[in-house]
Amino acid sequence: MMGMKRDKKDEEDASGGNPFHNVEKTAVLQEARIFNETPVKARRCTHVLTKILYLINQGEILGTTEATEAFFAMTKLFQSKDVVLRRMVYLGIKELAMIAEDVIIVTSSLTKDMTGKEDTYRAPAIRALTAITDNTMLQAIERYMKQAIVDKSPAVSSAALVSSLHLFKTAPEVIKRWVNEAQEALNSDNVMVQYHGLGLLYQIRKTDRLGVTKLVAKLTKMPLKSPYAACHLIRMVCKLIEEEESAGGEVTTLMDYLESCLRHKSEMVIYEAAHAIVNLRRTGPRELAPAISVLQLFCSSPKPALRFAAVRTLSNVAMTHPAAVTACNLDLENLITDSNRSIATLAITTLLKTGGEASVDRLMKQIASFVSEISDEFKVVVVEAIRSLGLKYPRKHSTLMSFLSGMLRDEGGLEYKASIADTIIAIVEDNPDAKEAGLTHLCEFIEDCEHTSLAVRILHLLGREGPRTKQPSKYIRFIYNRVILENAAVRAAAVSALSHFGATCEDLLPNILVLLQRSQMDTDDEVRDRATYFYSVLSRKQAALNSQYILEGLQASLVTLEKALLNYVQHPSEAPFDLKSVPLAPVIEERHVAPTGQLDGGGSRATPASVAAPTATRLPATATRQDVYIEKLSAIPQFDSFGPLFKSSAPAELTESETEYVVRCVKHTYAQHMVLQFDCTNTLSDQLLEKVNVAVEAPEGFDILVSIPCDKLEYSVLGTCYVALSLPESVLSSTGTCSATLKFTVKDCDPTTGQPDSDDGYEDDYVLEDVEIGVSDHIQRAAKASFGTAWEEMGSTNELQETFSLPAIRTLDEAVRNIISFLGLQPCEWSDKVPEGKSAHTLLLSGVFRGGFEVLVRSKLALSPEGGVTMQLSVRSGDPEVSELVASAVG
Amino acid sequence: MDNHVLEPSLYVIKGIAILDNDGKRILAKYYDPNTLSTAKEQKVFEKNLFNKTHRANTEIIMLENMTCVYKSNVDLYFYVMGSNHENELILVSVLNCLYDSISQILRKNVEKRSLMENLDVVMLALDEICDSGIILESDPTAISYRVALRNDDIPIGEQTVAQVLQSAKEQLKWSLLK
Repeated sequence: MMGMKRDKKDEEDASGGNPFHNVEKTAVLQEARIFNETPVKARRCTHVLTKILYLINQGEILGTTEATEAFFAMTKLFQSKDVVLRRMVYLGIKELAMIAEDVIIVTSSLTKDMTGKEDTYRAPAIRALTAITDNTMLQAIERYMKQAIVDKSPAVSSAALVSSLHLFKTAPEVIKRWVNEAQEALNSDNVMVQYHGLGLLYQIRKTDRLGVTKLVAKLTKMPLKSPYAACHLIRMVCKLIEEEESAGGEVTTLMDYLESCLRHKSEMVIYEAAHAIVNLRRTGPRELAPAISVLQLFCSSPKPALRFAAVRTLSNVAMTHPAAVTACNLDLENLITDSNRSIATLAITTLLKTGGEASVDRLMKQIASFVSEISDEFKVVVVEAIRSLGLKYPRKHSTLMSFLSGMLRDEGGLEYKASIADTIIAIVEDNPDAKEAGLTHLCEFIEDCEHTSLAVRILHLLGREGPRTKQPSKYIRFIYNRVILENAAVRAAAVSALSHFGATCEDLLPNILVLLQRSQMDTDDEVRDRATYFYSVLSRKQAALNSQYILEGLQASLVTLEKALLNYVQHPSEAPFDLKSVPLAPVIEERHVAPTGQLDGGGSRATPASVAAPTATRLPATATRQDVYIEKLSAIPQFDSFGPLFKSSAPAELTESETEYVVRCVKHTYAQHMVLQFDCTNTLSDQLLEKVNVAVEAPEGFDILVSIPCDKLEYSVLGTCYVALSLPESVLSSTGTCSATLKFTVKDCDPTTGQPDSDDGYEDDYVLEDVEIGVSDHIQRAAKASFGTAWEEMGSTNELQETFSLPAIRTLDEAVRNIISFLGLQPCEWSDKVPEGKSAHTLLLSGVFRGGFEVLVRSKLALSPEGGVTMQLSVRSGDPEVSELVASAVG
Repeated sequence: MDNHVLEPSLYVIKGIAILDNDGKRILAKYYDPNTLSTAKEQKVFEKNLFNKTHRANTEIIMLENMTCVYKSNVDLYFYVMGSNHENELILVSVLNCLYDSISQILRKNVEKRSLMENLDVVMLALDEICDSGIILESDPTAISYRVALRNDDIPIGEQTVAQVLQSAKEQLKWSLLK
């Protein structure tokens, strides 16, 4: 069949059957001279004009002069009475309007056509006119446009409405005056006019919620004839529901309307309504049920688009409400063999989300049978589904892992491979049983991986996880192979990974040293430098050096470090640069968020994009929140003497939301000082506040050094005032509670202008909630790659041990979360994850106390038989008082 | 996944394309200035789209964050593209309208040769179906009426279509469309 077609086509080409075969720009533009001949040869001119439009459509670019010349020649064709030629001229005007100059010249010709008798000219003339109209000309044609909107010919009316919508982008004010005409169009008998009328009317009223509410109330009572208009109305209703919800309004009637649309006679409208219902934030199981059963029905439709639509929507619902979709499992299973691969893939991933543990093996087998036939985008969807499955059913890791490794070996782009590697990494980090197998698969993958960035990431992971497996030596061969075979970036990463093995596994050290020595001869600077550096550190054989210079890496915030170094270079001093003076980078939390979100089934944010996002945000050295604070605080001269900023807390609300004044407090900790930053917002539009400050009563041992007021607080403009405290000498008394009151002078003002009515004001104050200063405000999170080494290194000089019973806490998970938030320390070695079904757990935490003292905490937790949790807390730090403070904080 | 409410807007079509059986563009229009705005991007997309769709006639595919519905006949491929959140059935209705209109214009002779002969009228039809992304008309009969194809004057049958000489064909066409 194909062959036949081809033969026929070749024949055609040979005989010049395709009139547009080999058309060439300059030649065609030459031919366009025929436009100037009188009388107009309609047939020839149409053909030439078609050629010009064909060329433009093929992506040929006309210069301004060429376009202008062609445009002016084209205007001559208005003399002809030929219908098709005239219509082609309109098309030509639209195409050339953007490129040619002085296109307004045809306005009068078009206006004449638009108001003339010939119906076939009027509608397209209006649309062509829109393309060349600017704001100044709009006034001149406004009257005609308004008439056209209410014209009895549907084509003219639609053309005018659609043109109005296009013009709305540039001249909304003018178009808004046409609201009555749009209203009339809405009542038209023609379905398209009704649809376009609704579109325009909504566009005009969009910003006026009351207007939209009225419009919707009216339209939901009268059935719309056009299915397009009904779909548009459904979207309007949804938007309104979301807005009303957030404003606390009543939406029951609107929801009822959506449900009634499920019984519409057009499939398009039924699907739109079902899709709308499942996507609404407020939708619960009760609203979901009728929508799901409609979608279920669509799953067995003979139309592929309808099946696709239904299964795609179901797969989205499965993310948020897996239980509701379970009812469709049987229909979804039938779709696995659908001839449209997109439908089959969506069906399988949905089943993976809703199905039980037992069906995993069977489904994986089915996916394997066609995975090579689907597009990369869908493969990524499959991988995402496997990832959430791996986290949901840890016991199935071997099936999933071998499947993933099979996929890794297949053809595929970087995005696809990266998502597989991410998934394996996520499973490895989450599930200790899967670690060895996962690392082995990754090792095999880098043997034959053409993506440098991926290979580097995997080598980094091997360096981190490999040394702590039962048999670290087996990874060395894979890593060293990279050193021999790969490009410079991968070699450098491999050298770093090797050094991690050397630092952690003593028995491998002599061999590693030999390997590093070889790399010192590398052709690339970076590889050589790394090898030399690691070799010299490792050859000293000191555990402290190893952990500090190899395992831990740089913990300072990169942006701040850059600024500090720049400052040092610009103001040279005798003293060497002190790295300790640079604040630590706050450990980024997001890493766990995505996988756990999926784990509990509430992973509504688990789009491929959002899963990829944390990986992306981790890479570039973006300015963190803390960097922003440093910028702000360093601009205030009173705080200069405090030294570098150590830590900033998360903002705490000191007022209820929706009160007259909203105040948030951020605590900034320095080595010996603390600055309280109060962000205040005035929510009263008829008041102007002046001389705003916060009066603080400091706890014992704290002294108030300076209070910086905010001069003026206008309506809904954020103002900031500061209070600086000196911290007590004794570390032990550095926690406490400050009571706070907002003091200010009120001036009444005009809500619209913000100008005060008079210069007199009166003083007032507003009591805020207390500011708590806890242990966590003095501690910065800092991860330790190897907690054990750090623990031994610190020694037991300042060790404190205490046992607590926490009767109010029910589960180990809850205990872990509480301790972390209370102490503000960083969990190490994934110890914040409590394996399911265990009755005891050890939580390892590390961080730095202000003044640069390291703090390590080992907390052994056990569920006690009579309920509650028993905890044995061991604290080690560089200072006895710090240990005592930390140990006492929990009780 | 896309847990958001669709913004009510009439701009629902992102693109319409007609390709031949080598995946070469015959006509294509892209309406969203933010997607595929350059001719180069468009050609790459079309190539990709064609490779994914020309073997299996399964009506719908997701590609580069767009939902594409398609239909083919002999040596022609018709595509309608919309946002990947768009109601697929709306896109299908536009595709059907495109196909049926062209089928009426070409008097059921939906193949490349006859389409190229009537390219001007096909361009007009495309312009009547969608105006800068807004669906203008969805009724094929209305479209063929508007592009000035009147069904009552088809005095000569299709047998003349295969005439060899270019000029002869043109003359015939004009006698049809007068």
